[in-house]
Amino acid sequence: MNTAADISPAIELKGISKAFGPVQANKDISIRVMPGTIHGIIGENGAGKSTLMSILYGFYKADKGEIFISGKKTLIPDSQAAIAAGIGMVFQHFKLVENFTVLENIILGAEDGAMLRPSLAKARQSLTDLASEYGLDVDPDAIVENLSVGHQQRVEILKALYRQADILILDEPTGVLTPAEADQLFRILNRLREEGKTIILITHKLREIMDTTDTVSVMRRGEMTATVKTSETSPAGLAELMVGRKVLLQVDKVPATPKQTVLEVENLRVVDEKGVERVKGISLDVKAGEILGIAGVAGNGQSELLEVLGGITSGTGVIRVNGQDIDLTGNSSDGQSRRARGIAHVPEDRQREGLIMDFMAWENTAFGYHRDPAYQSGILMNNAAIRADTEGKMQRFDVRPPNPKLTAKNFSGGNQQKIVLAREIERNPDLLLIGQPTRGVDIGAIEFIHQQIVALRDQGKAILLVSVELDEIFALSDRIAVMFDGQLMGFRDPAKTDEKELGLMMAGVVEEEAA
Amino acid sequence: MEKMPAWADAVLVPIISLLLAAILSALVIVAIGEDPVAAVKLMVQGSLGSTYGWGYTLYYATNFMFTGLAVAVAFHARMFNIGGEGQAMLGGLGVAVVCLYMPWPHWSLALIFATLSAAAFGAAWAFLPAYLQAKRGSHIVITTIMFNFIAAALLNYLLVNVMRPKGSMDPATAKFPETTHLPTLHDILEPFGIAFSKAAPANVSLIVAIIACVAVYFLIWRTRLGYEIRAFGHSESGAKYAGISPVKITVVAMLISGGLAGMMAINNVMGEGERLIMNSTEGAGFIGIAVALMGRSHPFGVFLAAILFGFLYQGGAELALWTSIPRELIVVIQALVILFTGALDNMVRMPLEKLFLMFRKGDA
Amino acid sequence: MDFLTIIQVLDSTVRLATPLLLACLAGLFSERAGIFDIGLEGKMLAAAFFSAAIAAMTGSVWLGLLAGIAASLFLSGIHGLASITFRGNQLISGVAINFLAAGMTVLIAQSWFKQGGRTPSLMSEGRFNPIELPFAEALSDVPFLGPIYSELISGHSILVYVALAAVPATWWILFRTRFGLRLRAVGENPAAVDTAGVSVVGLRFAAVAICGVLCGIAGAYLATGLQAGFVKDMTAGRGFIALAALIFAKWRPWYALSACLLFGFLQAIALRYQNIDLGAFTVPVQVMDALPYILTVVILAGFVGKAVPPRAGGEPYVKER
Repeated sequence: MNTAADISPAIELKGISKAFGPVQANKDISIRVMPGTIHGIIGENGAGKSTLMSILYGFYKADKGEIFISGKKTLIPDSQAAIAAGIGMVFQHFKLVENFTVLENIILGAEDGAMLRPSLAKARQSLTDLASEYGLDVDPDAIVENLSVGHQQRVEILKALYRQADILILDEPTGVLTPAEADQLFRILNRLREEGKTIILITHKLREIMDTTDTVSVMRRGEMTATVKTSETSPAGLAELMVGRKVLLQVDKVPATPKQTVLEVENLRVVDEKGVERVKGISLDVKAGEILGIAGVAGNGQSELLEVLGGITSGTGVIRVNGQDIDLTGNSSDGQSRRARGIAHVPEDRQREGLIMDFMAWENTAFGYHRDPAYQSGILMNNAAIRADTEGKMQRFDVRPPNPKLTAKNFSGGNQQKIVLAREIERNPDLLLIGQPTRGVDIGAIEFIHQQIVALRDQGKAILLVSVELDEIFALSDRIAVMFDGQLMGFRDPAKTDEKELGLMMAGVVEEEAA
Repeated sequence: MEKMPAWADAVLVPIISLLLAAILSALVIVAIGEDPVAAVKLMVQGSLGSTYGWGYTLYYATNFMFTGLAVAVAFHARMFNIGGEGQAMLGGLGVAVVCLYMPWPHWSLALIFATLSAAAFGAAWAFLPAYLQAKRGSHIVITTIMFNFIAAALLNYLLVNVMRPKGSMDPATAKFPETTHLPTLHDILEPFGIAFSKAAPANVSLIVAIIACVAVYFLIWRTRLGYEIRAFGHSESGAKYAGISPVKITVVAMLISGGLAGMMAINNVMGEGERLIMNSTEGAGFIGIAVALMGRSHPFGVFLAAILFGFLYQGGAELALWTSIPRELIVVIQALVILFTGALDNMVRMPLEKLFLMFRKGDA
Repeated sequence: MDFLTIIQVLDSTVRLATPLLLACLAGLFSERAGIFDIGLEGKMLAAAFFSAAIAAMTGSVWLGLLAGIAASLFLSGIHGLASITFRGNQLISGVAINFLAAGMTVLIAQSWFKQGGRTPSLMSEGRFNPIELPFAEALSDVPFLGPIYSELISGHSILVYVALAAVPATWWILFRTRFGLRLRAVGENPAAVDTAGVSVVGLRFAAVAICGVLCGIAGAYLATGLQAGFVKDMTAGRGFIALAALIFAKWRPWYALSACLLFGFLQAIALRYQNIDLGAFTVPVQVMDALPYILTVVILAGFVGKAVPPRAGGEPYVKER
């Protein structure tokens, strides 16, 4: 009989490090995962979880470190090597050929011989076996794009099992699933564990970790901060480890003095291109002179909320600014008309939306406001005036280097953000929409940006802040709303709540408020 | 930090590409048993050595400026308008309609209306591909290719069955009236005491082409529309954020592009041919692709590249006249320019970027 | 139109459809793997010249065919280098290849043969000659079926039969073999192929090479089967009609056969009749010329059965998570 000491771990990582340019995505990471267990890796977005798993699957090459599979040192230069080592991966974004059948997707790359027919027959047989063994029922002849997301995910799992994977990595598997589908997935994972498979579950959802894993590692900012037995920890403990006790960002601010309501949202719904409802009937209001912070894990509808408010996409429901309805779907629903109504928007993704990366700083200063009469002279744009305006803005917002002719992509993240912020804030808007104001921004700039946002509030403007950084939400907000799965879980007063409570709300758990 | 200084990107990359194309072309000349040095001398002599040569060089360059600008404007909106040829054919039709069926007291009036008509016809021919791209996602490269062939068939039909004068065997329109005759460079320069070849076809359209270069410069870099076209071309998601309509920009940019291609007809149809014939465009619509790539889609670059290609065309004609090197040598050079400045851009750019990075590190 | 005329027109249809079909299947392989190819025209042209030139010099049509395929493969190699290795713009690369072929063929033809950019006319052994199928002569007198067999089915050059056989072969490769499955997958979602541990670059180069071979045969047929020698620009837009047929066929082999036969029929009609008198009005020959293109635009617009190209078409593959 084997004792625990005899069994080598299914996977052991020793000292894995990986940097992308100046960003250290993984710092000296070591984990041991025993066979027949489910190991969770939890952490916020950008903590380095996906990078680590991509190294394990041969997508990236680690700068340093070693990988051991079942005790044997293994090199994984590409996906083929990972498959050969018995590793299967279910990506967050499925890697399926959508107009192929399930069967075709399963054998792709793992065919037996040059002819398809025998491969397909064999796969059909083993699919039946796998289905009965693990409860993984999928119609082998269905076209993948006609399947529900949950079934598509099963196909990914079947792909891995068909390739004899003993180790299964799932990257944020429930991000796209309904709660019922997620429950089914976890039942399947349990069956797989019982059959001796090793499972690594990457997620940012506390409840999943608590419900399904045997052990859990917490990652924060590229580092592995703790590995514990799940039974010996609690959601609150994990939340603390996950969010960490960063240096609390201090923002000097006086208590807010909210005045009249500027933004009213009633029963707002947004359906994306694929027909999935992303915002499910949200109602909120923001008053002049206050910052409403929306906390939540990325992908719970915050982005869609900002986009529809900013006029990028359309939705249904009612949005009123200063008491007047805003057109949500008609011809006057675009960024131009929103700006005309006094709404400024600092988008979440400055590289894809907020800036044209190949434009110079001064051109970006006019971006979205390029029809402003102050920027025109006759039928031409008054480039000299825009440049002069940019110089002033760069000075006031301390953009470095203060060179209006430098292309946007050549500024650092913080300075890029300052360019966007200067453009939007100095428009003197009634309402500022601001998403992830300090994502990818250096510490020095974070402080400055926070001060600017508070200063705008103190001028009596309404501000809607969306951030996945809980610290930032706490530092800036006068009221906090938590968004989960397209809905608002509730509003909290920052003085009367803590990270623990918000963390649970972000995971969809609302505790009874203490009386 | 920039990988490479802007000047290197704007000047060095195209020059190296051109150099590669030139070296390969020289090898081709050697391979067919001719002397490349003598060939270059002959080309320079034939195209730049006399006002006659210049007259042809500039005539060709005028065509290429229009079609080069057409491709460049579409490039700015990240669209590949391969339909310049068909749009230029339709432009010819626009010119012919104005010149043949309306009486004109003076060439200047005729030129203004012919220009407008040519642009309108060219733009109209670009409209459907643009609309289908914007609204239905039909790939504009494929539709514009199809429209080139449809244009050729349409023109063929009109010239053979409708516009051909009675009794003529030629698939061509009647000669345009004398009042629509455009002054050639000879006519323009004579009052200034400058002698210029009478036989060369370069005409007042050259000035229109230069004006078009300037106008496109202002359009792209100084107007709101140009700003929106460039923003859309760089980032569609950014354009949406800023409230710029992708549908509108796609259609408008293509209308301008088609209009510019159509305007070429005032040079080759009104200025040179003085009647509309089959295949009057002589592939100039396609040369516009090489010109725009070479000129990095900048009007001044297009201007220079158009003159370069004008020189190549006239020089190539001279070569064909005096040596056994056929005119198609120019087509080869054109192909190599498109290949190196367009498709193999990364092959030239990547080593260059590495080189600059090495120098940077050396400095630090 | 009497029966014999119909047979003749159909016979001509088959011959004119052959180069279209070969080029169309060539494009099918390339585009199914996600590499757009608007350089079919150029590859055919290069193959037409080299096959005629080598056939004229050696007197062997088979050596000519090989030379044509080699020339076409060379251009395919450039296209692969530009669009796969250097991740360049596939459309621009295609345009360059068309011009390269248009220029080089005349240049080399002039240098080699000094006949104004054409090859010498090919004698019998330098051409692919008609093959009499068994009993064609004997059966020609059988009413109705006799002429169909002896005139329409029999009496084409070997390459016509090769082209026709290429249709089921293509279908079989695409839908019945491992290679075909991977090829289709790489044109739809290269990331799926990559994560399955199969080389995206290798598959795409293979597809581009097959495209080169088929274009080579198409070009060789033009110069040594359909006609007797190379003349400047002899492809005359056939590469683009093949491209149109490919879209019309929605990237499927059997549809490609129908589309090419249809477009070949239009060409045959246009060749035989100047205008078609339909009583009330006449259809000018130019309508026949333009019809393939017009039909393709209609299909592209999606008003009649939308043509959905391979989803990863035209995009260089960049690995990402």
